[in-house]
Amino acid sequence: MAHKKKLPSTFFNMFVVLTAISTAAALALGYTYTVTKEAREQVKIKRAMDAIKEVLPEFNNNPNEEKYTLEGFAEMEFFPAKKDSQPVGTAVRTYSEKGFGGRIWLMVGFDKDNRLYKIKVLEHKETPGLGNKMEKPRFIDGFAGKDLSVFKLKVKKDGGDVDAITAATITSRAFCDAVEIAYRALSRSKGGKP
Amino acid sequence: MNFGKELYRGIIKENPTLVLLLGMCPTLAMSNSVTNAVGMGIAAAVVLIGSNAVISLIKNITPDKVRIPVFIVVIATFVTITDLVMEAYTPDLHKQMGIFIPLIVVNCIILGRAEAFAQKNGFAASVVDGIVIGIGFTVGITVLASIRELLGAGSIFGVIKLVPEGSSTILMFVLPPGAFISLGFLIAAVNKFVKKKS
Repeated sequence: MAHKKKLPSTFFNMFVVLTAISTAAALALGYTYTVTKEAREQVKIKRAMDAIKEVLPEFNNNPNEEKYTLEGFAEMEFFPAKKDSQPVGTAVRTYSEKGFGGRIWLMVGFDKDNRLYKIKVLEHKETPGLGNKMEKPRFIDGFAGKDLSVFKLKVKKDGGDVDAITAATITSRAFCDAVEIAYRALSRSKGGKP
Repeated sequence: MNFGKELYRGIIKENPTLVLLLGMCPTLAMSNSVTNAVGMGIAAAVVLIGSNAVISLIKNITPDKVRIPVFIVVIATFVTITDLVMEAYTPDLHKQMGIFIPLIVVNCIILGRAEAFAQKNGFAASVVDGIVIGIGFTVGITVLASIRELLGAGSIFGVIKLVPEGSSTILMFVLPPGAFISLGFLIAAVNKFVKKKS
């Protein structure tokens, strides 16, 4: 292949070429960002809605539009669900820092009496085959219907009522921690609200 | 230019993962399931084809001393575009692959092809090179992932289960040590096959 002569590496050439290419790159990125923006936001909303639907009884409002946050519980989100304007429960997006591989994010559903309804694991970095068993029904369904004012949300090793996952005590603890925080936050918000 | 011969070069003779041993980080990290591996392979191939094409077009206006920064800007642009598009249209795969999509920027296969091929060859040849090397990478990482997923999780594509639900599998193969062990055996097998031929 015949080689055309390359531009010499003078300061001026380098400056102009780098600027031109970076500008072209920025334009391409800006365009892609705008084009995909709506689809990406839809995905985020859909993901939250799917999780809320899974952890709460049937509802027909849009919890995503009514979501609120609480002071002292940074980054947590609360999604109130209503059926025909009657509250049926609240989904709480909560997390724990105590996981084996960092943060664990959960969507925890509480019914209108603040009992646990269902829980879904949103994000985690636990060990495959050990810690990720918390997503399995055998562990996660054990929490359904529990009243946390009676049920001690700690693993049995720590004197609680939760059967930890074999070889994943740390994950089990983190899971309980996240649910506990959600419960405390929700009880407090209920106390302050009519 | 013979496409069949080029394809043989990309998949066997100069396979980036199994013969040249480039791009080991994504290969080891994303071969824990076949779905991840195929996703990674295709994402890297798209970036490689795009960057090869653009770099072959701008090679004559790129002063030699700033060629690496220029290549990185081009590659990073394609990676970010891929990242945004995947986030919008294949959200589940995007979530699974996480940090490894932005890390395609530092995948040395891509900068390697820019430096060794695209900046010396024409547009068509560079695109073909991107396609065959991209396919080679995808094949390499997918073969490795099939072995790991089969032994470590007893399934392929996470759907076709070959062992009954709840039975124990050789977990180590889904974890990092399994990646190194399987890759070692795979490279040994490819070496034997390639040596025999020549």
